[in-house]
Amino acid sequence: MNVEQALEIVSETNPGMVRSHNEDSVGHEDSCGLAVLADGMGGYNAGEVASGITISVLTTEIRHRLQSASPVEYAGDKDEELGVALLRENVQKANSSIYQAAQSQPQYAGMGTTVVAGLFYDNRVAVAHVGDSRMYRLRGEEFVPVTRDHSLLQEQIDSGMISPEDARRSKNKNLVTRAVGVEAEVEAEVHVYDVQVGDIYLFCSDGLNDMVEDEDIGSTLQMLQANLPLAASQLVQLANDNGGRDNVSVILVKVKGEFAVPRGWLAKLLSWFKK
Amino acid sequence: MAAKLILSMDGVVLKEYALNKERMTIGRKPHNDIVIDNLAVSGEHAALVTILNDSFLEDLDSTNGVAVNGEQIKKHFLQNNDVIEIGKYRMKYLNDQQGQTTAADFEKTMVLRGPIGGSKPADKTGDATASFMKTQVNVVPSATQGATTGKFEAADAAKSPAGQEPGKEAAGKAPAAAPAAAPAGGTSPAAVQILTGPNTGKELELVKNLTTLGKPGLQVAVITRRPHGYFITHVEGVNFPEVNGEALDEHPHQLNDHDIIELAGVKMEFYFKA
Repeated sequence: MNVEQALEIVSETNPGMVRSHNEDSVGHEDSCGLAVLADGMGGYNAGEVASGITISVLTTEIRHRLQSASPVEYAGDKDEELGVALLRENVQKANSSIYQAAQSQPQYAGMGTTVVAGLFYDNRVAVAHVGDSRMYRLRGEEFVPVTRDHSLLQEQIDSGMISPEDARRSKNKNLVTRAVGVEAEVEAEVHVYDVQVGDIYLFCSDGLNDMVEDEDIGSTLQMLQANLPLAASQLVQLANDNGGRDNVSVILVKVKGEFAVPRGWLAKLLSWFKK
Repeated sequence: MAAKLILSMDGVVLKEYALNKERMTIGRKPHNDIVIDNLAVSGEHAALVTILNDSFLEDLDSTNGVAVNGEQIKKHFLQNNDVIEIGKYRMKYLNDQQGQTTAADFEKTMVLRGPIGGSKPADKTGDATASFMKTQVNVVPSATQGATTGKFEAADAAKSPAGQEPGKEAAGKAPAAAPAAAPAGGTSPAAVQILTGPNTGKELELVKNLTTLGKPGLQVAVITRRPHGYFITHVEGVNFPEVNGEALDEHPHQLNDHDIIELAGVKMEFYFKA
């Protein structure tokens, strides 16, 4: 099965109940198994400019490269797979575009965005993230966050200063320690995980996980996994029913089959002919 | 507006303190930020660590201890209206950030920048006190455009929200302290009762936000409980559920008292319990 047949991807984004405009952006490129979500920040419309740039850079660049290359190959002098390198490099590329736009256009000064991107290939997923947008995984009964926020609150939790329970009552939410586009350089955190058939991956902005408890997000996915578009709209609705104080975006990726990269002489021959 | 403490004894207000420093100490000796000259109070009795909009209280191994809302504590994450008791003295903690912001400012994501040169990982294995002290945020007045290692440690995180004056940002644009995920409490209780088939007479109370009905793989519908009522939506299966004899489309359908739902060959009645 190729990755496009193996995955079902749906997305939904909504301004929420309080904000007048939506600074979140979502995108997915089914042909190469890519999902990208960004939560922009900055005055006027700068937030959506920053998140929009990030989505378009990642989706177009990665799709373009993977038309003529395999995500499992080690390109040039790189010590990591192309799939991982592509995520890392293109987050940096988006960072430069945003940073330069912010430097040259006064109305965009200080804009930035979070990002979480998943590239599915060879029965694995490479996840890159910057800031407090998350990826979760539902596997069987177990629903867990996979990414760890780059936020002040997460650092306080890690250092033992505040318990995860107390963190829900903190007034220091939404202070991110890393963002795309606010400085000349940014490093995305990238990890690779094995994927199993039946897994459901959720990418979301903090408008979801600040408004809805993880437990409720998990049970919603569990109950509605047979109907992915309904699950996505249900999650957005849940956030809005709870107050919807922020923009809320979700991407759901369901793994319907295996998607190992073909290996061996035949595959090599075929890919040689494709070039 | 910074959070504050109101010191009182026997119901008489003595003094008000703004929590405008990262670390403030309470004690009998004169070098403390909050001096309580009473023999029941230790030389250095307790410390208050304030990080942006959150404040933490810690007992500095005092002789007579510290209580918050009547309970002895070693370390406590202060919440608005908490009452700290030290001997006969009471201190009320006020942090009413919510009233200071407009709805549009709620929960805006902001960037904390840093790090300052020579950052070292915070000691995560240290005892409670050590890690408590280490996690302090230095509020640096100028934007620190230092080396971006991308690895920020709380101990060294400098704060400079994009395009805003530091300090002002911290107080002025505080996110609301609203707890997430309040359940849809406004909805009156409801249930479905099965009218046909082997489970006739069985009642299913709709106590959760989502209740699924039917057989997985064959036909499933979900009833969602929302602030303004109950809605039924088709989830899976070739056939769509019927309400009062009419088949649904893929959109949610609001349920009214005594509606008859037909799903996978079973009839059931929806009704409000109140």
